Amino acid sequence: MGKLISMEGNQAAAEAMRQINPDVVAAYPITPQTEVVQTFAQFVADGRVDTEFITVESEHSAMSACVGAAAAGTRVMTATSANGMALMWEILYIAASTRLPIVMALVNRALSANINIHCDHSDSMGARDAGWIQLYCENSQEVYDTLIQAVRIAEHPQVRLPVMVCYDGFIISHAVECLKLLEDKEVQEFVGEFKPVNSLLDIAHPHTFGPLDLYDFYFEHKRQQIEAYGPAKQVIVEIGKQFSALSGREYGLFEGYRLQDARLAIVLLGSAAGTAKEAVDRLRADGLPIGLLKLRAFRPFPSEELIQLLGGFEAVAVLDRAVSFGATAGPLFTEISSALFRADRRPLLVNYIYGLGGRDIDIEDIQKVGEELERTAERGKTEQLVDYVSVRE
Amino acid sequence: MKITPDTGWKKLPQGGVILEAGNAEQYITGSWRTFRPIRDEQKCTNCLLCWIHCPDSSIIVENAKIVGIDYDHCKGCGICAEVCPPRIKAITMVEERKTDDLK
Ligand code: SF4
Ligand code: SF4
Repeated sequence: MGKLISMEGNQAAAEAMRQINPDVVAAYPITPQTEVVQTFAQFVADGRVDTEFITVESEHSAMSACVGAAAAGTRVMTATSANGMALMWEILYIAASTRLPIVMALVNRALSANINIHCDHSDSMGARDAGWIQLYCENSQEVYDTLIQAVRIAEHPQVRLPVMVCYDGFIISHAVECLKLLEDKEVQEFVGEFKPVNSLLDIAHPHTFGPLDLYDFYFEHKRQQIEAYGPAKQVIVEIGKQFSALSGREYGLFEGYRLQDARLAIVLLGSAAGTAKEAVDRLRADGLPIGLLKLRAFRPFPSEELIQLLGGFEAVAVLDRAVSFGATAGPLFTEISSALFRADRRPLLVNYIYGLGGRDIDIEDIQKVGEELERTAERGKTEQLVDYVSVRE
Repeated sequence: MKITPDTGWKKLPQGGVILEAGNAEQYITGSWRTFRPIRDEQKCTNCLLCWIHCPDSSIIVENAKIVGIDYDHCKGCGICAEVCPPRIKAITMVEERKTDDLK
């Protein structure tokens, strides 16, 4: 078993990358991801990894180099944030559609304008339809653990899709926390040797990647890609189990906290889960039958599982750290509500937008959400569909 | 495996990758053409300028002499007619709808 160590979230990500020892990393620095690339570049300079580190002039080039390297048949990783990922946009879709198992650490940050370097989920939520698997982390330990699992998930023969490991900028990336690391050998054994499929460097069998694909085949290719996300759900669970056996830490599609006997629930993603657990404890002490659902996998979205879990609840509050401008509500909410539409007993639903551009959310804020949720349940109807936490009127 | 226009999504290679080398030949791009290059054998000096410039490798050459144009793949871009030396001008671009009698 590995050691207990205190480090920043970004260092934990770089440490996971060092132990994975990918063949190629192509990345461009951007706040708050910078330290991941900086630390990893030091590992390369010190000869502690065998990685080919490609320094590029932009994120568009970073993702393009990742696509080329993955098509060549190598294990590839990268990291970015916000505007950096926005610049990768075109290539994000190409990576997923070409079924290249690239793993990316995405340090969540608000998109411009105005320029803001702090956390919200507008970057990853904007990319939710790009075809990448998206896993969200609550703390540094989960970042470290999830990056290691992501390699296996991405490369699984039934999946072959890129994975985005999302964690909150500054809140996780720059906070020092205690975490348990595995031994280098344990990580190496867990990720195993990379087995390429259709390598560009296999000159005995020349292949063409990303060709022109018009009305006669494009639709079939998309139809085929859609099928990968079902098995991806099972693979996330299966790899999570294998990782639990190694580390003693549980991973699945989501984590339920005090949900068993609850009638009310809060659903959210990322670091706010830690705050919400404390809020749930306090509300429970006041007699409120409330629990928390921390979603880990946003893509693929575990609709069936959530119908099982949340169908029958009296009321559910969904907290979104992103907006979908002009939409009915936040992106997590619309996803949850469309899943629960098929539940036999639908809970009342409310949406809260919080934390945009790094605005703090504290325990009392979430307690208020819980208390309001109880009033909604008593009233038997949702009065205000979307509300905003801690925004000045 | 052989991919045909009837192949369904379950049988296609993953990720839209083409596993077979050189299969662009099966794609009949000649149907895109609106102007057809017609070469006058009498005028042509076999300088091969058109051959080297054709972006679709559609000028067919045997023993250093042009023997024909591959109309299954020629897209009718007109580059061959353009590069044919001014004093020779052996290639004329003829509108497809006026080529019926030439077939
Ligand atoms: S028209 Fe264009 S494609 Fe056709 S033979 Fe001439 S150069 Fe080639
Ligand atoms: S460029 Fe003109 S002269 Fe030269 S080979 Fe072609 S058709 Fe003949």
